[in-house]
Amino acid sequence: MTSVDLAAGTTVDDGSRPAVELSDVVAVIGGFPVLAGVDLRVERGEIVLFHGPNGAGKTSLLRLCAGLLPLERGTGTILGMDVVDHRDELRRRVGLVAHANGLYQDLTVAENVRFWASMVDADASEVDGALDRMGLRGRLADAPIARCSAGQRRRTALACLVVRRAELWLLDEPHAALDAAARDQLDEIIRAAAASGATVLVASHELERTMALATRHVEVRGGQIVELPGG
Amino acid sequence: MAERIRWIRWQRTRAIAAKDLRVELRGRVLLNQVIPFSVLVLVLFGFAVDDDGIAQRVAPGLIWMATLFSLLVMVQRTFAVEAADGALDSLRVAGVDPTVIFWGKAMALAVQLAVLEIVLFAAAIILFAPTLRVSGVALLTATWIVSTAGLALVGTLYGGLTAGIQGRETLLPLLVFPVVAPVLIGATRAVESGLGTTGAAVSEGWPWIGLLTVFGAAFAAGGTLAFGPLIDD
Repeated sequence: MTSVDLAAGTTVDDGSRPAVELSDVVAVIGGFPVLAGVDLRVERGEIVLFHGPNGAGKTSLLRLCAGLLPLERGTGTILGMDVVDHRDELRRRVGLVAHANGLYQDLTVAENVRFWASMVDADASEVDGALDRMGLRGRLADAPIARCSAGQRRRTALACLVVRRAELWLLDEPHAALDAAARDQLDEIIRAAAASGATVLVASHELERTMALATRHVEVRGGQIVELPGG
Repeated sequence: MAERIRWIRWQRTRAIAAKDLRVELRGRVLLNQVIPFSVLVLVLFGFAVDDDGIAQRVAPGLIWMATLFSLLVMVQRTFAVEAADGALDSLRVAGVDPTVIFWGKAMALAVQLAVLEIVLFAAAIILFAPTLRVSGVALLTATWIVSTAGLALVGTLYGGLTAGIQGRETLLPLLVFPVVAPVLIGATRAVESGLGTTGAAVSEGWPWIGLLTVFGAAFAAGGTLAFGPLIDD
């Protein structure tokens, strides 16, 4: 998909570049290097699993891909857009679901998705489509988020990504706090997202589950990428 | 192109304001907590003054003091809603224009403040019985509009500044109260002139509207420019 930077009025992505292309990337938080020379290339439509110990830099890597972490050194393009020069446009096309779901507790499932639709000028049919895709139609659509289960909230957050037309899904521990059925459902959603053209990066400790899900797995250790043989 | 971008921004600003107002309608914090709290403040001030003549004279100041206390509660509530599940972060991550967030939240806050001030004004009329004069209605209306806008803009700006800070509950009043002193002074003097509680003529109140307008304009410009970097850092 070709994208136009609304502010600049210029085309910034012709869809031919990889989803993620990082070269010798160093990022620092509070004087501490959280990413120390990362080289990474992810093709569009891949599901890539990042795993590694706590503090290895998995979340920082996702935040960098979301345009939330400034580069100290190196170069990077996400969806063909430079992470420094096109940060705002990049943010509009990337969706990050971390430990928090980013939802309003007093609003219903459908109202949350509609709100996000209004932020990107998506129409009612796109809202219905996103709710359908996440299995959130019917009575559940009218349930306040505060009364939903952890799995329903996570699916609502993903419905917001769908309605935002996010092309790169960044999921930080997406299976956390979900029961077995909700985890299976989430896996199906991730597979369907990749099948429809989205690229999915997953940071997880749940190796067994996510290794089966991912098309490639990458170990992050000490702020660096350790690509596993055959990964 | 520029026209279309302006239209998109306006639609999104409205969507954020509507979302905040819907959250308020569901939670009923204004109705069930803030309004009773502010009326209680007004009543307690009345007890403390304990003199009908003095209470009538200081009623305009009491209205605005109660409004300022309530403003803090409302600002903390509006940003607590954003922080509860990381919604403000999500808006930021999604590249939503910070100016849109600022104006949307300020609009919703202004609507809630406007409702609160009407209730407080009515309560003050009932409790302290100052006489309403027809010639002061235009001045009172202008004071209501510009003071509400100024307070909403300041509240949103400082609410955004303290949203991610530990100890924001105590920091917010320390930051906001000194800044809104001109609104307290200007709005009180204007309402005194509108009601004639201190013997002031209606015409004496209009220069204060000028001050309140400049105050609002300064925070409108400041908020538009600074809100993005404030919530980004």
